[in-house]
Amino acid sequence: MSRTLVVWCADWPVAAALGEQGLPRHLPAAVFAQNRVQACNQAAREFGTKRGMRRRDAQARCPEVQVLAADDARDARVFEEVLVRLEELRPGVMPLRPGLVALRSPARFYGGEAEAGAAIAECVVGLGIWDVRIGIADELFTAEQAARSAGLQETYAVPADGGSAAFLRALPVHVLDDANAVSLLQRLGLTTLGGLADLPGVDVKARFGAQAAWVRRVIHGEGARPVTGRTPPPELATEVAFEPPLDSAEAVCFSARQAAEGFVKGLATRQEVCTEVRIEVEMDDVADSCRTWAHPRWFSAVDLIDRLHWQLAGAVTSGRGGAVTRVRFVPEVAVPEAVHADGLWGGTDERVDRGIARVQGLLGHEAVVAPVLQGGRSPRDRQAYVPWGDRPSTLRDRALPWPGSIPPPAPARVLADPWPAEVCDQAGRPVVVLPRGGVSGDPVRYRPSAGQPWQRVASWAGPWPVTEAWWEPGGGRRVARFQLVGVDGRAWLATFDTDHWLTEASYD
Amino acid sequence: MVAGIERHQKLAQIEQLRSKVRRLEQKPGLGAELATHEALGGVVQLRAGGTYAADSLSLAMLLLAGPSSAGEWTAVVGVEDFGVEAAAEAGVDLERTILVPRPKDSWLEATAALVDVVTLVLVRPTGRVAPGVAEKIGARLRTRGAALVALGEWPRADVRLRATEPRWVGLGNGDGHLRARRMVVEAVRGTAPPRRTALWFPAEDGTLGRVLEPVTDIADLRKQESA
Repeated sequence: MSRTLVVWCADWPVAAALGEQGLPRHLPAAVFAQNRVQACNQAAREFGTKRGMRRRDAQARCPEVQVLAADDARDARVFEEVLVRLEELRPGVMPLRPGLVALRSPARFYGGEAEAGAAIAECVVGLGIWDVRIGIADELFTAEQAARSAGLQETYAVPADGGSAAFLRALPVHVLDDANAVSLLQRLGLTTLGGLADLPGVDVKARFGAQAAWVRRVIHGEGARPVTGRTPPPELATEVAFEPPLDSAEAVCFSARQAAEGFVKGLATRQEVCTEVRIEVEMDDVADSCRTWAHPRWFSAVDLIDRLHWQLAGAVTSGRGGAVTRVRFVPEVAVPEAVHADGLWGGTDERVDRGIARVQGLLGHEAVVAPVLQGGRSPRDRQAYVPWGDRPSTLRDRALPWPGSIPPPAPARVLADPWPAEVCDQAGRPVVVLPRGGVSGDPVRYRPSAGQPWQRVASWAGPWPVTEAWWEPGGGRRVARFQLVGVDGRAWLATFDTDHWLTEASYD
Repeated sequence: MVAGIERHQKLAQIEQLRSKVRRLEQKPGLGAELATHEALGGVVQLRAGGTYAADSLSLAMLLLAGPSSAGEWTAVVGVEDFGVEAAAEAGVDLERTILVPRPKDSWLEATAALVDVVTLVLVRPTGRVAPGVAEKIGARLRTRGAALVALGEWPRADVRLRATEPRWVGLGNGDGHLRARRMVVEAVRGTAPPRRTALWFPAEDGTLGRVLEPVTDIADLRKQESA
């Protein structure tokens, strides 16, 4: 019977985040989700940081702790490297979750379990992942627990044929994932899995839930899960290398054309089209440029070359241009062709896309935008421009109440850069908003911007006070908004920001 | 006075001939009516191939809303301060709106490219537009069956719209908030006397442009007399 080997990369979210940000692994670091510690590394643990701790408590214990954001996609993405490397050693790996992977033990090939474990640990450490532990047992659950009991970069092999039961019986109950069951078992005085195993099976299921029942069956030698291999994702990324490196964007685009066609063709043979592509450009002496592009329909070879051209042009204008050594197209999202097939009678949308592509070719990708609405307090916060073809990311919810926002109608002109304005009272003194929200005097005269004439205020309303981000260092922003109507009948939205006036919008 | 009348007659004659030539030049189907927001029903009717000049952004949004809500694509070029929420309130379908907020010096090229694919383009030209340029765009509009709304001046626009006498309701002396606006929209077609219509825009109940009554004042009557 084949044995199961589990590779456990301890504190994986922290290791993945540190690795991706290029930070050294000995720093105390923790990954936070919703302000609570999701995972922390050994250095942070030495200061007393624990899972589930609040961020301020963690920082109080260790002020220099690296605060990293939780990101499941990142964890999975970085772990993919490990999977690919392990697949080279032993095909048919079974990822359990980021940081934990099972495979059929290759002990016979390496001439022993300890040797197999050492070979695999060496390969994972070679990827820069320091804290790796390996467990080998008859079945999956035991192997995972064995890996958790193993020392740093060591292998813990549970003896075959009956060794699992003895190993599992000695484990404390908190290895169960179910917090309620663990607490109940402890209150009943059962501290090890052995105690759980001695209870009758039906009662365990009824009292402690499915997971405890399953673990009990595992200890009794039933309910083992077989290791099933995964199918490696097909290699769809296409790349083209330039030797010698190419300087001009035109030359790069011309030479990458064939690769782009190959990329589209490779997807087409699987009857798929790509709607989001990542283009990686490696350059000499400068940081690589990597961008994800989305397409409202799907990418053709010409579209890919367009995006590549924009990316190169963008790199040059931001001063990060260099000689290009390699271009790589990686499909981020591929969907079946049928989803995007043309309607029988054609559509006008394709025509529109072409027109937009022409303007984008003229002015650059970001110049053409789609207007979208989002939640916010000021008129400028309530709208967003999304580059055409991109998907809007992180839009604020409009359904939230947004206290302090101005009631409708919305102003027609929302100034991209607010104008410095001036508002005076009867005596000609500038109007100020007092700390408690009062106004120093009624606005009587108003000038929307320095170049425009003064005019008398016919009527006004406000202030709508807003204190934004007061918890940030520096105190955030205290603003108060006013609606002003001049004697000429035009209405303005003016803002008092700390000590000066701004014209934010006009009801043109 | 006599010279003035003669001049007016000449201009009218020229305009008549021009419209005749225009009619001959037009291909069948051109000059077709585009959907126009009902609030502007008595004021202006958008036509394919037409150019319109408006001096107020909210008025331009109202023009945009007609074709947009009827399912056509629209584009906005060079309007950096386009209030998206106000446009949505006016009835512009944001899903089918293309924005080019900062075309820099290429507003003309961007407009020309977009005229090919959308039905109505709202453009704020940078600087003065040469009559030749306007003529070229006009020709393109006529072949594509699209229309153009210029924010500001546009040489020989078919209709010039002005929002005049805005009066806001709802604002007091430190209390209330803007609720409704009554304004008079003035439409000038060629050399004809302006046609003025008073609208609630927006009205107190959130709807747009309830037409009150055509406004005639002494100045208009005098102009008509002299014409």
